[in-house]
Amino acid sequence: MKKVYGAYLCTGCGIGNVLDVDGLKDAAADAGIAMQDHGCLCGADGRAFIEKDIAEKGVNTIVVCACSPRVMQQEFNFGEQTITVRGNLREHVAWTAGEPKEDGSVDDFLQEMGTDYVRMAVTRAQKTELPVPYTMESISKKILVMGGGIAGLTAAKEAAKAGYAVTLVEKDAQLGGKALGWRKMFPTAYPYSELESPNIQQLIAEVQGDSKITVKTACEVARIGGAPGQFNVTLKAAGAVTEWDAPAKVTADQQDLINKGEVDDPNKGLQKYTLLNPEGEIFGAVVLATGWKPADVSQYEHLGYGKLTNVVTNAEFEKLAKNGKVPARVAFVQSPGGKENDKDFPYCNSVTSMVALKQANYVVEDNPVDGKAYILYQHMRTPGNTELFYKGMQSQDGVFMTKAAVTKVAAAGNGLTVDVEDNLLGENLQLEVDMVVLAAGMVPTTAAENVINLAYRQGPAFLDLDLFDGYADSHFICFPYETRRTGIYTCGGVRKAETMEETIDDATGAALKAIQCIESANRGVAVHPRSGDQTYPDFFFSRCTQCKRCTEECPFGALDDDEKGTPLPNPTRCRRCGTCMGACPERIINFADYSIDMIGSMVKSIEVPDDDEEKLRVAVFVCENDAYPAIDMSGMHRNKINRLVRFIPVRCLGSVNMVWIKDAMSSGMDGALLLGCKYGDDYQCHFVKGSEIATRRMENIGETLGSLGLEPERCGVREIAISDYDKIPAIIDEFVEEIVAMGPNPFKGF
Amino acid sequence: MSDTAGNGAVLVVGGGISGLTAALEAAEVGNDVFLIEKNSYFGGRVAQLNQYFPKLCPPTCGLEINFKRIKDNRKIRTYTLTTVKSISGGPGNFEVQLETAPRYINSNCTACGDCAQVCTDEIEDAFNFGMGKTKAAYLPHEMAFPRRYVLAKEACSAACLDAVKAACKYNAVELDMQPKTFTLKVSSIIWSTGWNPYDANKITNLNYNSSQAIITNMMMERLAADNGPTRGKIVRPGDNKEPASFAFVQCAGSRDENHLQHCSYICCMATFKHISYIRSQYPDAKIYVFYIDLRTPGKYEHFREKFMADANTTFIKGKVADIVAERDGGVTVVAENAITGAKVHQKVDLCVLATGMEPALGEQGKALGVTMDGNGFVVSSPEKGMMSAGCAKSAVDVYSSGQSSTAAALKAIQIGR
Repeated sequence: MKKVYGAYLCTGCGIGNVLDVDGLKDAAADAGIAMQDHGCLCGADGRAFIEKDIAEKGVNTIVVCACSPRVMQQEFNFGEQTITVRGNLREHVAWTAGEPKEDGSVDDFLQEMGTDYVRMAVTRAQKTELPVPYTMESISKKILVMGGGIAGLTAAKEAAKAGYAVTLVEKDAQLGGKALGWRKMFPTAYPYSELESPNIQQLIAEVQGDSKITVKTACEVARIGGAPGQFNVTLKAAGAVTEWDAPAKVTADQQDLINKGEVDDPNKGLQKYTLLNPEGEIFGAVVLATGWKPADVSQYEHLGYGKLTNVVTNAEFEKLAKNGKVPARVAFVQSPGGKENDKDFPYCNSVTSMVALKQANYVVEDNPVDGKAYILYQHMRTPGNTELFYKGMQSQDGVFMTKAAVTKVAAAGNGLTVDVEDNLLGENLQLEVDMVVLAAGMVPTTAAENVINLAYRQGPAFLDLDLFDGYADSHFICFPYETRRTGIYTCGGVRKAETMEETIDDATGAALKAIQCIESANRGVAVHPRSGDQTYPDFFFSRCTQCKRCTEECPFGALDDDEKGTPLPNPTRCRRCGTCMGACPERIINFADYSIDMIGSMVKSIEVPDDDEEKLRVAVFVCENDAYPAIDMSGMHRNKINRLVRFIPVRCLGSVNMVWIKDAMSSGMDGALLLGCKYGDDYQCHFVKGSEIATRRMENIGETLGSLGLEPERCGVREIAISDYDKIPAIIDEFVEEIVAMGPNPFKGF
Repeated sequence: MSDTAGNGAVLVVGGGISGLTAALEAAEVGNDVFLIEKNSYFGGRVAQLNQYFPKLCPPTCGLEINFKRIKDNRKIRTYTLTTVKSISGGPGNFEVQLETAPRYINSNCTACGDCAQVCTDEIEDAFNFGMGKTKAAYLPHEMAFPRRYVLAKEACSAACLDAVKAACKYNAVELDMQPKTFTLKVSSIIWSTGWNPYDANKITNLNYNSSQAIITNMMMERLAADNGPTRGKIVRPGDNKEPASFAFVQCAGSRDENHLQHCSYICCMATFKHISYIRSQYPDAKIYVFYIDLRTPGKYEHFREKFMADANTTFIKGKVADIVAERDGGVTVVAENAITGAKVHQKVDLCVLATGMEPALGEQGKALGVTMDGNGFVVSSPEKGMMSAGCAKSAVDVYSSGQSSTAAALKAIQIGR
């Protein structure tokens, strides 16, 4: 596309009242694009003003210096074949100005902010290219579902119902998973009073009868290579060991040792991870539904599991109940008590409370005359509508429930005694029962195994699951399906201990996400959180030095590498955060509308007075997800903003390349600040690792500055939540005051 | 996209976190989606929350991404101040009559705020549950999407209206705006109509109206929020006293056959979150939590654990029988300790009722042919072309709402195919 530029300045919303319009226009012209002004660009007349130039002059690259790019998107959308760049003169300048001066004169410092933002917008437009979406040579719309329990069966059924071919892989010889062992299911409909007969056989029959679904039992995934739209999957007989098993993670340092023969290669005998199996099956996306395993409860010595006969887990009791009559006197222990205080057994969620209620029902059902079920709980956990079932069970004859701490289970004759303290009946009790059932939790298969068996540079498993007790959790309250492996969506017991009702929704949602990922790959656009983004990282390989930083730092494992360490990009795994771009010391990774050169040129377009100690300059790189909206909001509140800073939006702090900091310092700016999301265990970074990585990089560059005789404190990072809008002015002032105290950059003017 | 979209168009009713999720997930597959919301802004209940548990992160962060996704997606059309009037047809070919109430501010609005500057009349601030007033020309809240003012015309004098109209440089004030009805043709409908806080006045023994020292948990969210009526300072409404003691009354209306039969799922965690709000402002305040069960299952146990160890927080298993207003502005909470049997009279400066979730759709749903259960929750009925999502379906947290909303999106897409 031959770019034809047009720049437009809106003087509405106070912009024209506090800034010198001609000065702004001069700044645009100086930077290379002539600018016209209008009193209200977003109105019908304003848009017509721009559209006239598009029609008559063929303008296709438009600079709009007006309000924040976060508003008026539709008004300033001139079609897919047009580039529109926004300069934020309203929220970042005019609305931070305070009252206009009485004599109508323009504040120097404010005007310089305005002209810098105009220059940056013009530069950005000059450096932006129209994206060409990444298209795969061929794409598979088939979905792989791993696990044939309720979650997997549901995901397969629902995806097929939407028209997608599915292969369902189950390790066991038969489908059905844990539900096969159920005698009854929880109620699923109002008034939630009656247990229901299991419908697992019906679900299995539906899946087996669906022509769009291929079922493979006694089968498991050896490895998954490739990327969304083109996952290359090797299946194998369950339990088999093959050369296509997923290779263990080997870091760059470990690989060096292996090459020197100093340590054994853990992947000896395995096919290299980058090799695609010519016999492999191709899938577009994966649903992981490998479920859970019953928790081991033998560590609670006072409860006697493993030592006393007739102390069983809830899962074992369900089998007994399925196969025959259960004993007449049964205690259901919901919390281990002892030093665990009033917590449930680990990995319980609220499911085990419902299980106890269901199983208590078996006791009185099988023993109509003398059945006695004791549910000993710390907190009955029957949230939502499950409360109705709990309520109903409270009036069930033969079912006794109390808050209680169980201190000891012991053998007594043919039966057991259960010592109980702190209960609702007032005194310590000893219950005589035939059986004790412990509410063992549901441990996700992801806690101990790789499960997804990826053949990825960053290893075969999801990363950092220890933050979530081993659950394949996203950590994002608002976006439960996002994992750190694009195209792989989890549901059921790997996510959390869920009831069947929850599992069905969960699995249906996971199927949608798999479908959505395939359709996005097919359109050549990104998935969450930059959904619809047509850009992707482009590598200029001839200058790559195989430093492997991009490969190691990508939060989503998008990059593999070859023998030499040259990255092998997988654009459909990529979320477009730009962490690779920020990592690259050779600056060879760029996007069509976001590049090292673009941001560097924007930084250099900021005018730095080299002879005025009052006019120091601080470049502030702002994460566009949370910090940038917070600055907008600060402007909406008409908070003043320090006039020495210049905001430069970035996709994620992870994308900030340290060359931009050097650009800022070498062009005479006096400091550089990064504003991004909170990191750590409760990270809020939308790309998981971006702000953490950026902080590390900034510490390093601080050291570099130190070696040049500059204060390391000239470079800083601050964590900003989107709700911090009224705190931002003080955070920035504080940083700028530190810089002012240090004095101007001594290299200014060189 | 026109109002008569292609096959497979989905109507999503309710633009809170569940509706936003369902709409976006369907649209990002490629379906046309109409998202309607009865309020003047999207975001629903979560927009009113200060923080999410257990991460204690601001809900506006997730809303911002969702709004960005909407702005970037031409498959979604959004309508605020809009409600469903009638539905005809069936799965695959619904015809839905909708009505948009007048906003009195048109799309020329730039959110410059000049109208609010000159507006002299005030209305009760509904976003803050009536704690404080707002100008009758107002932006519902900072993060409001769409970023457009609203005019409560009926609350304004003629002089005020003239001033508001004259102040707008962009001809956005349209005082003769009329309700607008229109018809959409869609294949399926997702009900994500959410919840209302249960009316505390109905729980007569808690004497909600007897003292300003009795507030609800949602009011607590607004008190703790930086953009709330007290700019984030937790003080007692009325006299702005800094409370030295707090009581939390759990299950206020929930798990009670006279009120809400169900457990409202989030109130225990919300209370623990509120304890964290209090602790950040009043490290030594005494806190008393009256509960039946502490329902913080699964990973939420870690969150509870942090606060169970707090020396100045006492947990009393027992249902509150009475709350008595005291002369000093505080209240005495009366309960029986279920474990010791002792009667508890606890005097506190501020009492928070953990009021539950009442499904918001109400009787109107039945009139529209929606299948609802005995408690007013919407039953997903794919065979009727209607799905439910989030708290319209059952009382759940945000995380689970995300799951059921994404599920509803797939069920809706299936109908169009």
